[in-house]
Amino acid sequence: MGCVETRDWIRDGLRAVATGLLTIVLAIMNIPLFVFFVLGLVLTPVLGFGLVILPGVTALIRAKADLSRRLAGWWGVRIDRPYNPRPEGALPVGWGAFRWIVTDPATWRDFAWLLPGAVVGLALGVVTLALPAYGLEGVLLLPLWLYLGDVWYGYGVNWPIESIGQAFLSLPQGALILMLGLVVAPYLRRVDALFNRLFLGPTRAAELRMRVSQLTVTRADAVDAQAAELRRIERDLHDGAQARLVSLGMTIGLAEELVERDPATARKLLAEARETSSDALTELRHLVRGIHPPVLAERGLDGAVRALALTLRIPTSVDSTVTGRLETPVESAAYFAVAECLTNVVRHSGATFAYVSMRHEGDLLRLEVGDDGHGGADPARGSGLAGMERRLAAFDGTMSVSSPPGGPTIVTMELPCASSSPRTMLSSGTD
Amino acid sequence: MRVVIAEDHALLRDGLTRILQAFDFEVIAVVDNGPSVLPTLLDQKPDVAVLDVRLPPTFTDEGLQAAIAARAAVPGLPILVLSQHVEPLYARELLSDRRGGVGYLLKDRVSDVGQFVDAVQQVAGGGTVMDPEVVARLLERNRPLDVLTAREREVLGEMAAGRSNAAIAARLFVTEKAVSKHINNIFTKLGLPPSEDDNRRVLAVLAYLDS
Repeated sequence: MGCVETRDWIRDGLRAVATGLLTIVLAIMNIPLFVFFVLGLVLTPVLGFGLVILPGVTALIRAKADLSRRLAGWWGVRIDRPYNPRPEGALPVGWGAFRWIVTDPATWRDFAWLLPGAVVGLALGVVTLALPAYGLEGVLLLPLWLYLGDVWYGYGVNWPIESIGQAFLSLPQGALILMLGLVVAPYLRRVDALFNRLFLGPTRAAELRMRVSQLTVTRADAVDAQAAELRRIERDLHDGAQARLVSLGMTIGLAEELVERDPATARKLLAEARETSSDALTELRHLVRGIHPPVLAERGLDGAVRALALTLRIPTSVDSTVTGRLETPVESAAYFAVAECLTNVVRHSGATFAYVSMRHEGDLLRLEVGDDGHGGADPARGSGLAGMERRLAAFDGTMSVSSPPGGPTIVTMELPCASSSPRTMLSSGTD
Repeated sequence: MRVVIAEDHALLRDGLTRILQAFDFEVIAVVDNGPSVLPTLLDQKPDVAVLDVRLPPTFTDEGLQAAIAARAAVPGLPILVLSQHVEPLYARELLSDRRGGVGYLLKDRVSDVGQFVDAVQQVAGGGTVMDPEVVARLLERNRPLDVLTAREREVLGEMAAGRSNAAIAARLFVTEKAVSKHINNIFTKLGLPPSEDDNRRVLAVLAYLDS
């Protein structure tokens, strides 16, 4: 285990040093980009060249900034893209693009970043490289010194080196400095990333703007889904239970007419009426199960999933730390998501075993459904998974699918559970 | 026969009372909420109780919980549980004490008055009555049942629902002798210990289906 850890910090260190080298190159590139951007700005009123130059330069700057964001991600610093989406119908160059660029605060923050980013990137990059390089020199110096003979030379605390004994001392010093350099390098990268985040990350306002557009999309999806659901229920009731009740009334009415004249037929009609009422009830039961399964109302998520697992053709184990009741909408969304996954397992996976794991930790509900089937499930290929992802998004929930060909398939879903925003709900009647 | 009814819906409560009285049951107590079910059962010790699963104040499964608690306190207390929906999970919980005198039916079944009253009597007599839908759902998921023939599966379903050989024979239009031959085959194929006692037989079959 110790061996693995050692290799880990060496690998991290080497990776950081390599990134440092890359950062130096990238930092230098900032300078011409800065010049071109200023040029574009200056030329805008002159001949309108800016309308062409500025969008081009901005695209380059953004690509460059994106690269820095990606590199920051390697060292655990997440920087989201802050740019406004390009307005519909705007060409890549010209007035529309120009307006889109100059009105986006992120453009100016990128611009402000170019020079300080270059200086800090360069400085930290040089330090990242210099330390291990000097260490390496110490390690390799002794043979060099012996080779060069009595040429004036020094290393570390021995300056100049006057004897072969002192020359030997450069070896441990160099090793120490090399080690230090490798250990420090990832931290230097992190500092660089944090500095870049000051400029390249979205501002609070931009974050809120992105959140609003995300909420707009998920709300529209949720409203659509709900409307479609209501339409389906209406149609099911209209064509099913309602129609059966009408026919029930007619049959009983007819029986009433015939009860004196033809008791035998009346009896037959009544038996038929009972049959119809039983069919109507069966239909209503199926409908109710699709809207909100009674067992979910009675037992909550844990009990409902266990009840579901009991009725599957594939042996399914349920492991859960969800106790008590969750908020009703979350409970329902979580249940239907798990149910959908299990339906997929039974229908498509060819599995002989499935499991459900449900963890409620802090404010997060974590659901996992896995099987030992042949894998190859793809949310992009229009299965129920995509719809499920959209429904979970209404609760800020996420879903990820791991399903390599040959299996196994694991679907992981996360839902924030103790919602901090008060949710106003129209109360619906209980039975 | 003394019977306690627990049902919160007034129409259904009256309907149940009327049906049971028409068949000479003595309705000694009618309860319309969850918390009073258990005290009433322990107090009255009826010959049979008919309980709705979902009762006020929480409208969850207090009827079922009361049934399980009452049978823990008074082993074998005959209870028939009614519900708008049936869950194999609830059936498992009701049957977990491995005693007879228990039933679990959809409320729809009450409309077939004759059969419903039969079921109440069967439960009162220590029998086990399981709704065909529970049985169907258990049969659906059991792969090992592929070794049975279609007719044997049919007989198994009837048996799990708590029917006697005579009743099965009448429903499937075969002789009782044929039924007992099928049952022997089923027990052999599934490796269940043969049992002459009807109720033991039902429990064995349900336990097998639910395993």
